Amino acid sequence: MSYQLLVILSFVLFVIGMIGVAMRRNIIIVLISLELMLNAVNILFVSASKYMHTLDGQMFVIMVITIAAAETAIALALVVKVFKTVGMVKIDDLKKLKW
Amino acid sequence: MELNIVRYILIFPLLGFLVNGLVGKRLGNKAVGWIANSAVFISFALVVYIFIQLLSMAPGSRLITDTVYTWINSGSLTIDFKLMIDPLTIVMLLVVTGVGFLIHIYSIGYMHGDRSYSRFFAYLNLFMFSMLLLVLSSNIVLMFVGWEGVGLCSYLLIGFWYEKDSAANAGKKAFITNRVGDYGFLLGLFLLASAFASKGILTLDFTTMAAHISLISPQILTIVGILLFVGATGKSAQLPLYVWLPDAMEGPTPVSALIHAATMVTAGVYMIARMNFLYVLAPEALEVVAIVGGLTALYAATIGLVQNDIKRVLAYSTISQLGYMFVGVGVGAFSAGIFHLMTHAFFKALLFLGAGSVIHALSGEQDMRKMGGLKNKIPVTHAVFLAAALAISGIPGLSGFFSKDSILAAAYASGHTVIWLLGFITALLTAFYIFRLIYMTFYGESRLDKHAAEHVHESPKVMTVPLIILAVLSVIGGYIGVPQLLGNLVGWHNSDIFVNFLAPVFRTMPKHEMPVSTESWLMIGSIAMAILGVFFAWYVYIKSKMRPAEHAAESLPGVYRLLLNKYYVDEVYNAIIIKPLLWMSENFLWKIFDVRVVDGTVNGSAQVTQWASTKLRKIQTGDFQVYVMLFLIGVISVLAYFVLR
Repeated sequence: MSYQLLVILSFVLFVIGMIGVAMRRNIIIVLISLELMLNAVNILFVSASKYMHTLDGQMFVIMVITIAAAETAIALALVVKVFKTVGMVKIDDLKKLKW
Repeated sequence: MELNIVRYILIFPLLGFLVNGLVGKRLGNKAVGWIANSAVFISFALVVYIFIQLLSMAPGSRLITDTVYTWINSGSLTIDFKLMIDPLTIVMLLVVTGVGFLIHIYSIGYMHGDRSYSRFFAYLNLFMFSMLLLVLSSNIVLMFVGWEGVGLCSYLLIGFWYEKDSAANAGKKAFITNRVGDYGFLLGLFLLASAFASKGILTLDFTTMAAHISLISPQILTIVGILLFVGATGKSAQLPLYVWLPDAMEGPTPVSALIHAATMVTAGVYMIARMNFLYVLAPEALEVVAIVGGLTALYAATIGLVQNDIKRVLAYSTISQLGYMFVGVGVGAFSAGIFHLMTHAFFKALLFLGAGSVIHALSGEQDMRKMGGLKNKIPVTHAVFLAAALAISGIPGLSGFFSKDSILAAAYASGHTVIWLLGFITALLTAFYIFRLIYMTFYGESRLDKHAAEHVHESPKVMTVPLIILAVLSVIGGYIGVPQLLGNLVGWHNSDIFVNFLAPVFRTMPKHEMPVSTESWLMIGSIAMAILGVFFAWYVYIKSKMRPAEHAAESLPGVYRLLLNKYYVDEVYNAIIIKPLLWMSENFLWKIFDVRVVDGTVNGSAQVTQWASTKLRKIQTGDFQVYVMLFLIGVISVLAYFVLR
């Protein structure tokens, strides 16, 4: 398998995630898109690690997965709280945090 | 000769100031008085010791120096903190420390019970330090430090009772008026420094300057001389900057005696005598000095004729006598001017302290119209006051006669007939106003109000003993400068000890000889004037018992009012200088510059920030996805910049 393909895959996944974060209105979907972006980066790390014959990239992947898990836990807790407070999870209606 | 004890003359008053100023309140009044007095006494003792040393040296080489340290070292300019004692300095030192010490003793009694006792003595010692620094300094820059120091102390002591509005204002007036003069002094100093620097002489030492003064063109010397004299008119209360001195009488009486009669106000005369090497080469500047001095002498004496406040009469008298001194130095008779400075210090300090004793006896009354008949109630004060009054009037045999006569003789001999005439008339007025004061205060029927009359008492010994010593000096002080004319009568060669003692210090002006007969007639003339003045005062106030004030007000209403209101000079200054300045300050500096520019800048910057933030806060929509988009656009543009560069 060529590394080039893996880089392209990673880029495609990242852009899909990015568009998801920027465009989708459901907070859950936004969070999933965020995970997609993180995992796109993970793929890039792993493939670079293989390509360069070092373990540094794989170490970073473990790190990223850990932090992503923690982040997701907090984010989902917030989503539950938001839903209980305002009764919906539409992100473009949550505009109270301004001025 | 180098003598390292000279610096201790300065150090002790400074120590006294520090101790009394910092911890005086805790020491108690007795200790404060002792510290202040012993500090000045030690200085006086050192001065006497150095005086004896100086006398033992050859007349031509009487010079003692003390280099403390290098004060300013900037490029090629070097100014030392160096003290110098020559015959001129030692005369000043003896007057300042001697009279100063007597006034310090007197102050113990006079200030007794004042709640700021320690502050008073701290200021007094600081004044002694500054005055001694002014006199001792061997270069004009260090002299300027002392010059400003005495000005500061004068301000502090005039406004000593600062809770009184008039005293605080008088202090400000003195300080600001002096500032005008000091500006001239500074300009003169800078011009002199740059003139010397252009000739490659980078020091402002008096001896060095004297040695090289002929390198500088006479025009520059004339300008420098006049500018320095502007400084002297401020400090020594001459026309047109004399206005602060009468108001300075708001200060405690010992201060009036020490600062505004005996020492500080004579600093201008001393400065001109010290710079004699310059003035001799700038005859036009000397001419200005003499004219201003003569006019001031007559002018102030006329105002003194009608004043009713006992201290104000003496204040105008001081201005008038300072005018005499400037006539003396102005006609080139430097030693005559300094001689009058010395005798004046004795009798004017005595007059002020005597007036203080009268005021003390009358529980604070200063208006002569409410005095009278005090002769037997306060006999010691009366006796010393009479001695001083006779001395200042120029009655033969007392100190004032010798010094005043030598000034008038020098003025006449050098061809300044008009200035001589001014001084001659002033002699009559002087005798009149001072005996008017005597008769109104000590003779005639008592006009005291009941409350004061019950408490009239002679002052304590601590006040009367200094008065008696000063009275003795006022009487005999003149005999060190007896004119040769009189010395010859009794077969006393070189009777003018004072002039001979100071001769090495001064550059000689072209000598003016005048025939003995002329000199005799001049002397007889001024004696006649003095006696006439005394007689006239006696006739008006005692013999005929006429009410001269009302009489004059009826017959010469214009003149009387003009004099009583001091020629309206304060009003004129108020109208042409103070009012425009205030108007300018209010309408331009305050209402335009301060409000518009200063406040405008501050408020304006706040308003710009506020306006910008009301506009910029719209960017913060609260919409999370807008932020993400902006963030992405940002990241992509940064990346694009680096990739496509």
